[in-house]
Amino acid sequence: MLKEYRTVTEIAGPLMLVEGVEGAKYGQIVDIEIADGSTRHGQILQVEADKVLVQVFEGTEGIDVDNSTVRFLGKPMELGVSPEILGRVFDGTGRPKDDGPAIIPQKRLNINGNPINPYARDYPNEFIQTGISTIDGLNPLVRGQKLPIFSGSGLPHDDITAQLARQATVLGEGEAFAVVFAAMGITFEAAQFFINDLTNTGAIERAVLFINLANDPAIERIATPRVALTAAEYLAFEENMHVLVILNDMTNYCEALRQISAARKEVPGRRGYPGYLYTDLATIYERAGRVKGRKGSITQVPVLTMPEDDKTHPVPDLTGYITEGQIIMSRALHRKAVAPPVDVLPSLSRLKDKGIGSGKTREDHADLYNQLYAAYARGKEAQELATILGEAALSAEDQKYMKYANEFEAKYISQGYYENRSVFDTLDLGWKLLSMFEDSELKRVDPKLIDKYMPQFRQTQTAES
Amino acid sequence: MSETSNGRIIKVAGPVVVAEGMTGARMYDVVRVGSENLIGEIVELHGDKASIQVYEDTVGIGPGEQVVNTGAPLSVELGPGLIESIYDGIQRPLDRLVEQQGDFIKRGADIPGLDREKKWHFVPKIDNGTDVGPGDILGEVQETTLMLHKIMIPPRVSGKLDGLGEGDYTVDEVIGTVTDDEGKRTELKLMQKWPVRTPRPVTRRLAPDEVLTTGQRVVDAFFPIAKGGTACVPGPFGTGKTVVQHQLAKWVNADVVVYVGCGERGNEMTDVLREFPELVDPHSGEPLMKRVVLLANTSDMPVAAREASVYTGITLAEYFRDMGYSVAMMADSTSRWAEAMREISTRLEEMPAEEGYPAYLGARIASFYERAGKVICKGGPNREGALSIIGAVSPPGGDLSDSVVQATLHVVKVFWSLQGRLAQQRHFPAIDWLTSYSFYKQYLSGCFEDKERGEEMAEMSQEAMNLLEQESQLIEIVRLVGAESISAKDRITLETSKSIREDFLHQNAFHKVDTHTSIDKQFEMLKVILHFHNKALEAIEQGVEIGEITKLAVRTDIARAKFVEEKDLQQVVDIRKTIDEQVKQCSAVA
Repeated sequence: MLKEYRTVTEIAGPLMLVEGVEGAKYGQIVDIEIADGSTRHGQILQVEADKVLVQVFEGTEGIDVDNSTVRFLGKPMELGVSPEILGRVFDGTGRPKDDGPAIIPQKRLNINGNPINPYARDYPNEFIQTGISTIDGLNPLVRGQKLPIFSGSGLPHDDITAQLARQATVLGEGEAFAVVFAAMGITFEAAQFFINDLTNTGAIERAVLFINLANDPAIERIATPRVALTAAEYLAFEENMHVLVILNDMTNYCEALRQISAARKEVPGRRGYPGYLYTDLATIYERAGRVKGRKGSITQVPVLTMPEDDKTHPVPDLTGYITEGQIIMSRALHRKAVAPPVDVLPSLSRLKDKGIGSGKTREDHADLYNQLYAAYARGKEAQELATILGEAALSAEDQKYMKYANEFEAKYISQGYYENRSVFDTLDLGWKLLSMFEDSELKRVDPKLIDKYMPQFRQTQTAES
Repeated sequence: MSETSNGRIIKVAGPVVVAEGMTGARMYDVVRVGSENLIGEIVELHGDKASIQVYEDTVGIGPGEQVVNTGAPLSVELGPGLIESIYDGIQRPLDRLVEQQGDFIKRGADIPGLDREKKWHFVPKIDNGTDVGPGDILGEVQETTLMLHKIMIPPRVSGKLDGLGEGDYTVDEVIGTVTDDEGKRTELKLMQKWPVRTPRPVTRRLAPDEVLTTGQRVVDAFFPIAKGGTACVPGPFGTGKTVVQHQLAKWVNADVVVYVGCGERGNEMTDVLREFPELVDPHSGEPLMKRVVLLANTSDMPVAAREASVYTGITLAEYFRDMGYSVAMMADSTSRWAEAMREISTRLEEMPAEEGYPAYLGARIASFYERAGKVICKGGPNREGALSIIGAVSPPGGDLSDSVVQATLHVVKVFWSLQGRLAQQRHFPAIDWLTSYSFYKQYLSGCFEDKERGEEMAEMSQEAMNLLEQESQLIEIVRLVGAESISAKDRITLETSKSIREDFLHQNAFHKVDTHTSIDKQFEMLKVILHFHNKALEAIEQGVEIGEITKLAVRTDIARAKFVEEKDLQQVVDIRKTIDEQVKQCSAVA
């Protein structure tokens, strides 16, 4: 039975205190009817005897103490799901935002989900081809992984996520694939760019979008990733689809969380973020993976902008502790017009070794990325040295590595947002770049592999010269 | 036990619930909360009001619901069946949870830690009629091929033994009785219970004096941990904390390994579950899993159970130590444990100390690590057990001034410092040789039966460390003035240090052979590298060009030594001869 109360006693920031309430339960949702006749939504943050603390998703502007009616719905926040959600656009709490009809739900799911039992998890080891060399070649993504993109203001993370959504496929299989996109506090332009991109490629029909724009209520953002992941779990584990979830931008989400925490006068942790930020982020990021005996999977690509490009800021820092690696965007490369400007050295995919090798990609993959990486690290040092001392002062060896680093950036990293390279092209390109070194300098590669793969590239090189 | 009454909830705030009417409740009593019977623990008392930390999600719980006090503190079940299990933070078996609830963890599950159906074959080792006391070994159960489970008299029980006999029993069947002087009879079972927050008693504590080998070269040869010692591994994300922990869990020379995944990734636990059963113990040839107990409270599982998981783990470890075994416990990561404490503390509205952590953070960390140690176990026959703790710490931004790191460094004796810089150079394990330390290095020589060999190892380890130390200074000079300006001798130092780093310290956890190196092979590898160093210095003095020496073919053999299988150890030894020959040749030319 729905219970209504007109006993609001305090309103502060996004929070509202209601007194004299019976039977309220922690975490359940409320509707608030305000003086002008409109309805807002909220969630119970704390109950103490008959006092209930409610966070209001749409903000408390215009709510007054005397003329507001609070209705306790007696259930946690839910999302109605059915296969019809594919191809639709919703707001940040899961209400249709496009012109389509209302969803007739097959079932209603609690947006908080339940943790996957670690024993029921299946290990992620299927290679996803993204068509982007810096990911496929050096930081391979696998199904069920969570691999964030650490970006900064003014960097093209929208382009790379759009490219990922467009190109991601699993080698040699035509399985059901879907994209779930959750926008949290991003601009209309950024959201529209993504929607247009999906529309142009026809991928929109296999996508579900949850959009909370920069001017939408900030508190609503707390629900958005959970709503999106609930949709993803439904598609993955009940509809057997392989789902790619893009969460953009997690920094905005964390700021909303900080806002609530400050309003509750909680003891702040670092930079004013609440002490439970790690746990809270974990309940989002851990909703990725595969489950034994179920066909679908959830792969997560959260995007976050690092304030001042600082990796030790609490949001990227805690994210890095939970996710399985990170792809970092580089401002320096972006300035050099390298696109996508992936900063290869600090980027990492923790599950890279699980998805590659013979039978999955190719036997030379692991040795090759180690060698490309090591040589680039060396070349990068030479580049830095050259800016201090001048190129002429470098030793012959350093010059060679610098030349390699430049070519690596121009050819391997910079491929543009519309080139879809197969992983084999990426691997071959790696050999081609390494062909400027003697075999003996390639210490990270098994000599047998060098004998097998290198000769063709050496020949073409001599033929060219 | 005094009479306790049932209370009613008056407040719910996240994982903390306050109930009134809890007369007779004691601190740390376990309670069942609300209509769904969620498990919780009392952490604060004000009159008849109790604050309870709840181990499960509290959404949907509200004032007025009932709270039932079980009257007992949070305890674990100890007995056959622990090995090869995977538990959550409060010892609920995750595999049986899947059978009962499906793939996702739901609330209110009540499954005992030990299987009640399974029968174990018990063999008595003591005669009826004997006077027995706490800790005395009654008999044995062959739990797995690697684990001979000793059944002990529980603490606080003593008297005359009766009715003990060989046979097949479940864990809660009576296997015998003990009658004390006053005629009070206590039934004995294969299983006993123990509260997790209370250390299990021992007869006497001893100072650790024996190295626990791990097969990891940088650890064993430079920063060894002792049986009964404590170590911590702090480092920023991406530096391989978890890989180090996994490597230690796999290859550590302990009888039992308790691995606690505390607030970490779900996929990592799956990796452990998949990989461990396939790995073979180098000492016994049996699957490694046959000596491992896993606890997994991943980061998305309830935060209060994460706080408890570390205590659950250490109690299981102490139980195996009491049997006279050497036990290693890994906790990954203690930062998540500390954060769970912080979260509970915030909800209790306690006054925070640094970074919002409670003021008792340091005390809790210290008393946890103090549960490690080498001991004389309680009861007969006389036996020594050891419990080593290796804790990972995940400081924010890799900043070592973090409260958890500092509180940990206060108490631990080994510090393996993981550096982001090394990880970026793909130097793994990324343990920094300049800042790490171990207080147990003096016991390194004891790893070898041959005393002389042991002393030589200690000397070589010191010599290698000196070279690395010199390298760090030389590198500064080279950066300023160039490599040509330093003496030939210093350049050899640089070459050797590089060889120590790349050919010895660098170890590939994913390579079949390289993943584990016996202490004997470590000895030979180090000896080869230093032998080359000395020969090179001799040659330089005879006027050989440094370029001639650095390009000798034998250096490839040195670099490949890590990939030589243990059974072919002689090949590594023989490299020294090759060095002699090749250096002689180029000296002759000069």
